[in-house]
Order: sequence, then structure tokens, then C-alpha cells
Amino acid sequence: MKPEDFDFVAKLLKERSGLVLSKDKSYLLESRLMPVARRRGMKGLDELVAAIRRMDPALVKDVTEAMTTNESFFFRDTKPFDQFRERVLPALLTARKDKRQIRVWCAACSSGQEPYSLAIILKEMEAKLSGWRIDIVATDLSTEILEKAKAGLYSQFEVQRGMPITLLVKYFQKKDEMWQIDARLRAMVQYRPLNLLTDVRSTLGAFDVIFCRNVLIYFDQETKGKVLADVSKVMSPDGFLYLGGAETVLGISDKFRPIAGQRGMYELSGGAGAAPV
Amino acid sequence: MKTCLIVDDSKVIRMVARKILQELGFATAEAEDGAKALDYCKGSLPEAVLLDWNMPVMNGIEFLVEMRKLPGGGKPIVVFCTTENDIQHIQQAIAAGASEYIMKPFDGEIIQAKFEQVGLLEPK
Repeated sequence: MKPEDFDFVAKLLKERSGLVLSKDKSYLLESRLMPVARRRGMKGLDELVAAIRRMDPALVKDVTEAMTTNESFFFRDTKPFDQFRERVLPALLTARKDKRQIRVWCAACSSGQEPYSLAIILKEMEAKLSGWRIDIVATDLSTEILEKAKAGLYSQFEVQRGMPITLLVKYFQKKDEMWQIDARLRAMVQYRPLNLLTDVRSTLGAFDVIFCRNVLIYFDQETKGKVLADVSKVMSPDGFLYLGGAETVLGISDKFRPIAGQRGMYELSGGAGAAPV
Repeated sequence: MKTCLIVDDSKVIRMVARKILQELGFATAEAEDGAKALDYCKGSLPEAVLLDWNMPVMNGIEFLVEMRKLPGGGKPIVVFCTTENDIQHIQQAIAAGASEYIMKPFDGEIIQAKFEQVGLLEPK
């Protein structure tokens, strides 16, 4: 790909998705864009870039979706889900005992493994949650990946990454060579398309727990700060924010502070503090 | 160092599994069928067994049942690793005392994730 073409597409991607693509990622760009060109019957990347330069909205959307990483697995990193089960839920069950409602947001849910992992945890402790309303709202930039998430259909490779076998047998059905998560678990998650750069404050309402893991790493400092500021506006004063293992708020946003002893978890710095964990 | 016994009639699978497990910090031993694996266990019990299902002489389930009868035989953590990928087989394996179940084909990431889940490895 020509350097000026790379620069053009990289700038467009940053505007649309916040994705920062350094020059050494030229290979990644080419390998992700080739299938887009092929699907449209184009001869190669030159023809594709020419079409992108004409700013066909459907094409720009396809290209943005093709570039945003969609790797995910069930119970990714284990620890955040143990914290959710053992600390966050008990704290909120006390703090919300009058309202009996808890709202959870998965901010970059990809193909659904994170919200379904949470749904399984909730299902497993169903008895304790009787009479409670728990919303799981899961959003992603890519409408294509949201369709996959809604279907809840996973390859054998995908279900083996993180899903304990006893839970697989309990909550999935085999469909030919794929595995599909039960309809009752699919019904626990509401999927919506959402752009973290522009839509956070307008459409969602307030949340008690926000999972925003492994998405800030793709943004530059300024964008990270803006997204965190927007997220802080939709979190309850005593709510919990999860970031990915390689992410932090330090030096990026003063809206949140780390929760002592709980790696990857943050609370609002201005608020009353998170419910005690 | 924990030892993992790899039981599979395919030499290639044993080699792939050996490489992955050694990289994860295990000492390994190998057996090409359930009977040879049982002989090994009568000598010394490993901490972990990675176990194929269909093998000549003695299959994986028969081995598992016999191993559990040995003194101390309740202890090893058994992870099936087989092409059998239907729910009935999986349930039968769990009922016989397997802790986890890998459906072939597998890779290093799957073995690592499953071994973490059953406590054979510390999560990263």
C-alpha cells in the first residue's frame, strides 16, 4: 500500500473509531482490508482505497469494522469474573437492597463472550437473585460482530477458550460443529451498536458496573481521557469500572481512581466511593 | 515440578502435547494406551493425566476407572483430550471422574486455559 494511502486510511480510522494505527501496522491494514475488497469484487487495495477516498458511507463502515479487533474468550483473565461474583455482586446486593435492580454494561462486547460469562455467573446464583432485576447491556461498534453475539453461536475453539466443561455441558447445545448458548441466557443480554467516541452519554442511562476492558489500548491519550470522562458520567456514584490488565487511568483521567487491592477495578474519584468490597 | 502423563496412541499428538506441556513447566511421561498408562501409574502417580479416549488394548475411560481404584488414585487431575465432541461422551467422562475435557484439535492456549481452570497452573 502506498504511504499516502496508508496515511489517509489511518486518519479516517482514527476519526471514526479512535483506532490508532502506527506505520508498522501497514501489514495488518492490508490483511484486514483484502477480504473487504474481495467481497466487493474489487481487484485489489488500490481500487479499494480509491473507493474509500470517495467516502461511500457503507464502505467506510465496513472498513472500520474490519479493522477493529474482535478477539475475545469466555471468562477472559478469570480474576475480573471472580471479583464480580465474590465482591461486586455482594456489595451491590447490599447497597441496592431497596431498589433491587443492578445495571451492568459491557462497553466493547465483541462476539459476546464477556456478557455471556456474566450471564452464566448470574444464572449460577439465581436463587440469591430472586426478585432482582439485573440488566446486562452489551455494546460494540461493529454491527456485524453484534449479530454473531446475538446468535450466541461459537466454534469448538472458541468455547474451549475459558469455558469450564461443566458449564459448557450445562448451558450450551451442540449444533452441527458449533455450540450455541441457551436461549434463556441469550435473553439476559441486550445488544446495541454504540460508538464509544460519540454515543456514550446520550443513549444508555446509568450503570452500577461497567466493563471497558482492552479497548482503551487502541486509543491515543486524548481519546482515552475523553472516553473515560464520558463513562464517568454514566456510572452510579458507588459503581465499579473494570479496565483490562494492561490499562490504567493513571495520568489519563482524574475521574476514576484504582480500588485498593482489586487489580483492574476503579471507582469514581469525586463520588461517595464504591460500595465497600 | 509437576508431572503430566500423556496418554494417546498417536505419536504425533504425544509429541505436540509434550512440547506444549514442557513449555508450561511440566515434566512429562508418555503412554500409548490405557494399559501402559495404568502400569506407569502403579509405579508412581502423576499430578496430571492428559487422556485420549479411543486407544487399542485399553481405552481412556477404562483406564480412568482402573486408575481411580489404585491407592492414592483419586488424586491425579485428569483432563480428557479426544476427538469425541458430543455431550454424551463429555458427561460420561465427567461422571467417571475427569476434571476437564478438551476436544481435538487443540492448541497451547486451550491446554493452558484448561489447566488453569483445574488448578494445575497459576493464572497469568
